[in-house]
Amino acid sequence: MSTPISTAAPAPSRRKRGPRVPPSVLVGAALVAVIGAAAAFAPFVAPTNPLDVGTFDLMNAELPPAFMAEGDAHFLLGTDNQGRDLLSAMLYGARVSIAIGGGAVLVAASVGIVLGLLAGYFGGWVDALIMRVGDVILSLPTILLALLVSGVARAVFPEAGTAQWAPVILIGAIAIHEWVQYARTVRAATMVETRKDYVRAARVIGLPSARIMARHILPNVLSPVIVIATINLAAAVLTEATLSFLGVGMPPTYPSLGTLIRIGNEFVFSGIWWIAVFPAALLVVLVLGVNIVGDWLRDWFNPRRQAR
Amino acid sequence: MLSAIASRLSQALLVMLAVTAIAFVMFRYVGDPVAMMSREDATPAEKAELRRSLGLDRPVLVQYGDFVGRVARGQLGVSFRNQRPVVELMAERLPATLELVLVATLLSLSVGVPLGVFCALKPDSAAARAIQTLSLVGISMPTFVTGIGLILLFAVVLRWLPSFGRGDVVSIGGWTTGFLSRSGWASLILPGVTLALYQLTLIMRLVRAEMIDVMSSDYIRFAKARGLPPRYIHFRLALRNALMPVITVTGLQIGSLIAFAIVTETVFQWPGMGLLFIQAVSFADVPVMAAYLLFVGALFVLINMAVDVIYTVVDPRLRTRRA
Repeated sequence: MSTPISTAAPAPSRRKRGPRVPPSVLVGAALVAVIGAAAAFAPFVAPTNPLDVGTFDLMNAELPPAFMAEGDAHFLLGTDNQGRDLLSAMLYGARVSIAIGGGAVLVAASVGIVLGLLAGYFGGWVDALIMRVGDVILSLPTILLALLVSGVARAVFPEAGTAQWAPVILIGAIAIHEWVQYARTVRAATMVETRKDYVRAARVIGLPSARIMARHILPNVLSPVIVIATINLAAAVLTEATLSFLGVGMPPTYPSLGTLIRIGNEFVFSGIWWIAVFPAALLVVLVLGVNIVGDWLRDWFNPRRQAR
Repeated sequence: MLSAIASRLSQALLVMLAVTAIAFVMFRYVGDPVAMMSREDATPAEKAELRRSLGLDRPVLVQYGDFVGRVARGQLGVSFRNQRPVVELMAERLPATLELVLVATLLSLSVGVPLGVFCALKPDSAAARAIQTLSLVGISMPTFVTGIGLILLFAVVLRWLPSFGRGDVVSIGGWTTGFLSRSGWASLILPGVTLALYQLTLIMRLVRAEMIDVMSSDYIRFAKARGLPPRYIHFRLALRNALMPVITVTGLQIGSLIAFAIVTETVFQWPGMGLLFIQAVSFADVPVMAAYLLFVGALFVLINMAVDVIYTVVDPRLRTRRA
């Protein structure tokens, strides 16, 4: 594939003074990079456009992959129940999955960082309020909260299930649980930084609190956030896939990987395995790659490890 | 000790209040109960009468107070979809979910603990490396993918096991159990394994990490120096201490397992509460959604407190320190 790979994934190997990067991490990063690039450039890479209903032909529905006896060379991984090229649908689906997962991480991290800074900097009732709300949220599992949010959104607002609104609802439903982790981490780091002399000095010369938090404290509390964000990206992609699989995520007209697996699940019993298996494999490889990189980053940033 | 209990209780109370508040907001503001409950050709006067008889014209706080009272008495309303009391529906589905979660927990403990111990004692063996790698694949594998994979292999290709439902169930005084029939057991295998796999990787990794920590502690070094048999050191001295956090995590995970059972139950059409909930979500059946939320919230609070208590019982150090 000639598409630029470096845009989609970090290149940890080029870090200065770093330890030798284990080969499994390089493989993981490469997998994420290839899938990320293929997804990002799906309109140029994919053989057909799976979002253009006009190009489907029901005559082509449920064709097996090209390497099987009844396969058609035009459809490398076969077709789904509507005659949609599965490979194209998967590339576009990965794009949707990554975009929603990434969006959820961005929203959760931004909200978490702001609330964590406020809680750590001001302390007192601001801190107590934010952290108690966080405790209550963490006492419920992600998937349950996400299901409730999307379920309620659908009940209040019938358009919530459309291709236009579903991503927004999904991002909100995932981020509502995940921000707490960022807030807790940033709060703890901010409390340490706030007591240091440079922050005191900034206060003494009368800088506004917002400026102190944004320009002085924030850069010093960001590195753990990067680790949490990487590990969270894998979790967010999985949560999105689960919600779509359960039928409260992306609609079949604009499928994510989870939606494709949901469609495929209805055909598993009739021996049409590929509609479910290929998207599922892509999802697992993507998440596995992110997890490998995330695990390594976590170890690498771990202060106990650096001290050794 | 008393202040610790008091702070746990107040936190539990806070969580429950927050959860009932969410449930109340759902009941009150998601959809219009009057429109849902009245006939299509109802006159405005009839609607106003219904609104008054439901108490929807009173101040919100009074309504919330009433709601908490009703929840405490177990009155959770009527399902929009099934037109049956929600409590009745939930009670019917509860045994299926609890049996599934029980099987999954036992399975993951009985496989996860030995695997974790093995990986900790022989960290450089090929088997341990393979298990470690597989565990990373395990956490990257969503529950529904595991489930579909197992169905494809054991139900579609090999045709060994049933892929949906509970099989024949025996009813014992309102509790339906699948433990007493052959088909009940056969139906439990695939969903049980699916739900257990997610939990298993977690337990395995935790046992391994704890065990490695404990093995490098002083008292184990002394025990080795005394020439005690390895079996005694590993299982009587080390494992006991390594299991402490496992109790906490397993306990806390039971709540998550019940939530994750939503996914497993959907894949295997298992007639438990999770399936009830996901159907309620797709039909916007608010009373069932709210009741499920209340149930899971209460369960979480109870489990958290129970884990705290068990912890003090199991770890003598905590007892003496607090007393």
